[in-house]
Amino acid sequence: MSTSTNLVALGTLVRREVARILRIWTQTLIPPAITMTLYFVIFGKLIGSRIGVMHGFTYMQYIVPGLVMMSIITNSYGNISSSFFGAKFGRFVEEMLVSPMPNWVILLGYVTGAVARGVIVGALVLVIALFFTDLNVAHPLITVLSVILGATVFSLAGFVNAVFAKKFDDIALVPTFVLTPLTYLGGVFYSVDLLGEPWRSISMVNPILYMVNAFRFGVLGVSDVQIGTAFAVMLVFVVGLSALALHLLKRGVGLRS
Amino acid sequence: MTTPALHVKDLRKTYGNGVEALKGVSLTVEQGDFFALLGPNGAGKSTLIGILSSLVNASSGEAEVFGVSIHKNRSAAMQLIGLVPQEINFNQFEKPFDICVNQAGFYGIGRAEASVRAEKYLKELRLWDKAHHQARMLSGGMKRRLMIARAMMNEPRLLILDEPTAGVDIEIRRSMWQFVSGINAAGTTVILTTHYLEEAEQLCRNIAIIDHGRIVKNTTMKSLLSTLDVETFVLDVATVPGTLPVLPGVTLRPIDDHTIEAEMSRAHDLNSLFSSLSAHGVTVTSMRNKANRLEELFVRLVEQGREADA
Repeated sequence: MSTSTNLVALGTLVRREVARILRIWTQTLIPPAITMTLYFVIFGKLIGSRIGVMHGFTYMQYIVPGLVMMSIITNSYGNISSSFFGAKFGRFVEEMLVSPMPNWVILLGYVTGAVARGVIVGALVLVIALFFTDLNVAHPLITVLSVILGATVFSLAGFVNAVFAKKFDDIALVPTFVLTPLTYLGGVFYSVDLLGEPWRSISMVNPILYMVNAFRFGVLGVSDVQIGTAFAVMLVFVVGLSALALHLLKRGVGLRS
Repeated sequence: MTTPALHVKDLRKTYGNGVEALKGVSLTVEQGDFFALLGPNGAGKSTLIGILSSLVNASSGEAEVFGVSIHKNRSAAMQLIGLVPQEINFNQFEKPFDICVNQAGFYGIGRAEASVRAEKYLKELRLWDKAHHQARMLSGGMKRRLMIARAMMNEPRLLILDEPTAGVDIEIRRSMWQFVSGINAAGTTVILTTHYLEEAEQLCRNIAIIDHGRIVKNTTMKSLLSTLDVETFVLDVATVPGTLPVLPGVTLRPIDDHTIEAEMSRAHDLNSLFSSLSAHGVTVTSMRNKANRLEELFVRLVEQGREADA
């Protein structure tokens, strides 16, 4: 296929993914907004008012970037894993597999759709946050880049999960037993500087810590990690997971007999 | 000599569980042909179609579509193929119009052209009034027709139909064949697998019978049917006599008070049968073949293959 036909195919896939997100908005957009509103009320308002200043910000201001990034990560991951596994389960993944679309277009289409959901949900959560606190974006470019990269990393991870998944339980296991613990321990609600050793060092191997802090640096201008290191970690994950996903597509793992 | 629409050479497939689904299949389908690929369940038809549509990876061998290798140039080969699979495989929550337009998009066809084609094929397959309803609301026959419309979106030069009429009523089946015959007449090569052998007999010019992963017969429909040396007819008669006449070359069996079965060689003409019966006071009111001619041959060839394997 030529570049122009690949772009048509990519546009078709992205359009279909976004249409799916909007068609089932009560499942894709509303629940994360409600969950995050509860976090803001309970952790930010009720408990946060008893917690002091953190890195020069109120606790509510401090957790907003973390909660926004948490919604971006979980929604990107959830979108791609359920959408791609749904296509496998319903066999309509075959529509793409029998077409001349190259594998990278399939991957990029699904990842773009998942990033789109992450961004939409992140924006919704950010708007809700503004009802509870004031925010000024310190570094807009870093904010945008960290959102895109963070969402891409977890979209790719969700895609790999969906490729291997044989039943719906398989796409629920990773978010429940891996993603959620890593997110909660990834500096969403606290600064890792508050942790003693060895917990601080252990936290440093959690990739979500770098994503949360990159975004927090973009919004608040404060971070527990070097911003260069945070972006390097995200880029390494993007490259590594892209290579893995393309390899799986080429081999037809879970897709072709 | 024109490049064949499909050329398959020594295609083999062994699945991970050790099942050898294809044991060296070689096959040629000429351009413009209406080709029947028949075989019992588990014979290897779906594996072969899976390889041609790149859903199954071949273990070895070569397959070319209009001279383009499926393995070496998958993308270009897939541009030439349209597939109507055996199982429903579209998103049931999408609308037929969107399903068709999206499929065209996957082939790099822009939305404007895709919309025109979707309307054209949905109308031709009598689905236009359902174009904007959720696909899950369609009847079984409509879903099958939707898969044909979807397969036509890239206007393929080779259309592969894998049991497209399974579970479809006779009226819809006829309208589907009318459509497929029309696109075949317009130049599209068609490969059909079906369990309705009368369909294959009526529609297809050439035929391959596959069993246990091997092609057991590959010839023209005419020459295959000419090998049928014995046919069985069911005769509806006014009254079956107490003793049936003994006729040379014909075996007569009473079925009930008004029906006789006559098994006779093709060398024996029907006029002499009727004359003999008439002479013995038996009045034939109507007659039909006991089984479809192709069906008889199919069963025989498959049985021969199994005996040879044993």
